[in-house]
Amino acid sequence: MSSYVSATDEDRREMLAKIGVSSIEDLFADIPARLRLAAADGAPGLDHGLSEQEVYEELRALAARNISSEDELSFLGAGMYDHYVPALIDAIIERSEFLTPYTPYQPEISQGGLQAMFEYQTAISELTGLPVSNASVYEGPSAVGAAGYVAHLTNGRPRFVVSRGVHPHSRETLSTLSRGWGTDVVEAPLRDGATVLPELDGEVSAVIVQQPNFLGAVEDLTALASVARDAGALTICACDPLPLALLKSPGECGVDIAVGEGQTLGNRLDFGGPSFGFFTATQALLRRMPGRIAGETKDMDGKRGFVLTLQTREQHIRREKATSNICTAQALNALAGVIYLSWLGRRGIVELTELMLKRAAYARERLTAIPGVTLLHERPVVRELALTLDAPVARVIDRCLAQGVNPGYALGRDYPEHEGGLLVAITERRTRADIDRLVSVLGAAVAAERANVGAPA
Amino acid sequence: MSGVPAADNPAADNPAADNPAADNPAADNPAANVPAATGPRGADDGLTIFERSKPGRRAFVAPELDVPDAPLDELLPAEYRRSEPARLPEVSEPEIVRHFNRLSKRNFDLDTGFYPLGSCTMKHNPKLHERVAALPGHAKLHPLQHPRRAQGALELMWNLQQALAGIAGLPHVSLHPSAGSHGELSGVLLTRAYHEDRGEQRTKVLTPDTAHGTNPATVTMGGYEVVKVGIDDRGNVDLDDLRAKADEDVACLMLTNPSTLGLFETGIEEIARIVHGVGATLYYDGANLNAIMGICRPGDMGFDIVHFNLHKTFTQPHGGGGPGAGPIAVSDRIEPYLPRPQVVRRDGVNGDGPSFDLDYDRPKSIGRLRGFQGNYGVFVRSYAYIRSLGAEGLREVSEIAVLNANYLLAKLREAGVAEYLPAAYDRICMHEFVLSGAPMKRELGIRTLDLAKRMLDFGVHPPTVYFPLVVEEALMVEPTETETKETLDHFAEIVAEILREAREDPEVARNAPYTTPVRRLDEAAAARKPVIRQAL
Repeated sequence: MSSYVSATDEDRREMLAKIGVSSIEDLFADIPARLRLAAADGAPGLDHGLSEQEVYEELRALAARNISSEDELSFLGAGMYDHYVPALIDAIIERSEFLTPYTPYQPEISQGGLQAMFEYQTAISELTGLPVSNASVYEGPSAVGAAGYVAHLTNGRPRFVVSRGVHPHSRETLSTLSRGWGTDVVEAPLRDGATVLPELDGEVSAVIVQQPNFLGAVEDLTALASVARDAGALTICACDPLPLALLKSPGECGVDIAVGEGQTLGNRLDFGGPSFGFFTATQALLRRMPGRIAGETKDMDGKRGFVLTLQTREQHIRREKATSNICTAQALNALAGVIYLSWLGRRGIVELTELMLKRAAYARERLTAIPGVTLLHERPVVRELALTLDAPVARVIDRCLAQGVNPGYALGRDYPEHEGGLLVAITERRTRADIDRLVSVLGAAVAAERANVGAPA
Repeated sequence: MSGVPAADNPAADNPAADNPAADNPAADNPAANVPAATGPRGADDGLTIFERSKPGRRAFVAPELDVPDAPLDELLPAEYRRSEPARLPEVSEPEIVRHFNRLSKRNFDLDTGFYPLGSCTMKHNPKLHERVAALPGHAKLHPLQHPRRAQGALELMWNLQQALAGIAGLPHVSLHPSAGSHGELSGVLLTRAYHEDRGEQRTKVLTPDTAHGTNPATVTMGGYEVVKVGIDDRGNVDLDDLRAKADEDVACLMLTNPSTLGLFETGIEEIARIVHGVGATLYYDGANLNAIMGICRPGDMGFDIVHFNLHKTFTQPHGGGGPGAGPIAVSDRIEPYLPRPQVVRRDGVNGDGPSFDLDYDRPKSIGRLRGFQGNYGVFVRSYAYIRSLGAEGLREVSEIAVLNANYLLAKLREAGVAEYLPAAYDRICMHEFVLSGAPMKRELGIRTLDLAKRMLDFGVHPPTVYFPLVVEEALMVEPTETETKETLDHFAEIVAEILREAREDPEVARNAPYTTPVRRLDEAAAARKPVIRQAL
């Protein structure tokens, strides 16, 4: 057992003497006796400490009981994606100088982190086509919630209209959070995969959509934003950052706030976190942004430097009138993001996304050639496609899993209207051979279920 | 000045101090006579990654196109495509690595030196944790993997829930929130759900002046009005003020215990009686949990909801401002409202062992506050920490954290610092203490900010400054349990030396720092005309 303390018995005696007390117990005299645990109790329910080696073995054994994306051929996506993370990211973000400091409260000794934030903000701003980016929020769905709060602070209108194409986790998060500040959430339906907005009146604070949407469909973002603007509402778009390499940027489409999940930018899957959320907006919303923002300035000798700026928006200064309560966000994950975007570069991000687009088109053609498999919608897609299976999806998935193929995400729980829905993600890690194997395994599984022969393996 | 390196000595134990301010010609800079192009920092041109970009350079090579090519227009109609590519930098791999390595050297970090940043618990981050978190079974596990195929992850999460429940003294834990402030927001929304389920519409949340900094903003986001409660002359919550303000409109009291003054609320039991007496909930901000693990438990004090900061108490590296995680522990009456999904253990059937699952069927749940199951990578590290320490180890953490803080306070007094930087409240402190720089400002003419900036030249990270707001010129010092006595002695000497120096010439501190990559920065100009991205 190590608690990573360095105090020897002799240190402890000397230190107690200096303080002028006779035991460590005396230091806790302010705690009412009734509340004090006996030393033997410790933290009830906890075992004895272990050696480093023993802890390693336990954590390794737990890891071995998970089927990771290395252990099967996986087409799971639905918000987080199995992209290749280049080796240089690990090498850089594991450096103590990035890993172990905290928020750059002392800019003179935090220029590395601050400049990285500035570079991150620039890269994300380029992707979304919006001029203002913060330095990160927690992750994707809570970024949608944070955007809703900015809309609430901006126009105070009582209702959000959220597309059914927005990630179910984002819609649920928005509903949870907006109960706090009291904005209603109503849903706009999908038709053939695309959002159909209802008539908007002056009560609508923001229209919230996703690009591409949860079913993989590319939305007509320009048209949606235009309808929202005509009603005086803000447009909030949750976007997937890699497809933005090809898609018209939210800024070009007239979106006011573009947010999203940053996991695909050089971050691990990590069973769902930590990753980062990005948050960008128009210049008009600069002073309502949540979270940290790095800005360029000069030092007293005129030398270029970076600081946390516009802090009068933030919780530690503005207190109950802050634009958000966020403090610790995802600096290290955002750093991985800007390293990844630098690694891809201006041409690479386009090449990567075109590769996914073409492989997804190939998968779409091959998969829909399977009897009993059709497209759930006809909209253009980039990385992810939605299929409808004429067979019980859970049983089809089980059959595929038995063959070492995880064919994707069953849509039925989130979209009861698509009980036969299967969402299939084609990242650059999935080759033509992988897609061919999916076609063969899924084809056999669907055929078996349609023939209703045998139980799942 | 025994043992204190001369602040203008380039060999000072400060990563930012080698070849100090190489291209800084300022006359009052003691390093101004160092030739500009010598030393490792001569290579550091201060350019951004965008300024290193050159058309044609690249790091990424795409995998082979192994499917039939097709015109872009057929796959993605032109009306949906962007007209110009995003102007990301064009750089080679060696340039990227060198760029970010150089940036890293402009950061001060915990692995290099003392970082007594109050309220942030900058304790050692064990290296084992990075190794186990990177195991593919953890790091490459998709969040929508079927629970049946993620049993190791769910068991780890369940075990962590149990451990945190034991530490908090409350029966139920949700690992869902992403950070401390996210845990607070969950707590306020849980409070709202609890009251509304009982048919009550309450409007106010009480926060003492010694509450954690994020609390007031959290209260507003939760849809409540903030009502402040004062403190008494010993730094405790003013019980009379609390009694006067606690009424049937109050939904909750948010308390940090020990408080942000580093003091244990001696009247905690009476506070709980008053708050529960009006039907409100009692919320524990876990920012300062490092003081009391295995010593006492928030649940026993009467708290209904507790949040943990896994990046403070449980060693998740702070990452330059995240990631963290903010699990919450709650009492039975709050449990029905916990966020979903919740990790549960199901007993085995037919002689099988137990299995673990995600439970979405929670009709009274407040719902999600984020995607998926929480910051699992953080859970792996914190679980490894708890397994390493066990019950006795966690108690030792708090004992030594409190011993170190009190020792440092005594050592500062001995060094004569108390005359200029007295403790805000003259009591035994818990894991941190707050000094007031008011006498220093009055008598030496330097502010707490100047003291902090001068510390940078001595190779230590300054404590938290100007917080809590109830203390004038506050300096909040949290040494943590992982620092040695020698480090604490050295820090006390540094403070004493800076005060001695200020007695002779306050300008030295007022113009500090001198040895850092940049000197004091113009924050006002940055806010007046914000430049928050690179013009390309």
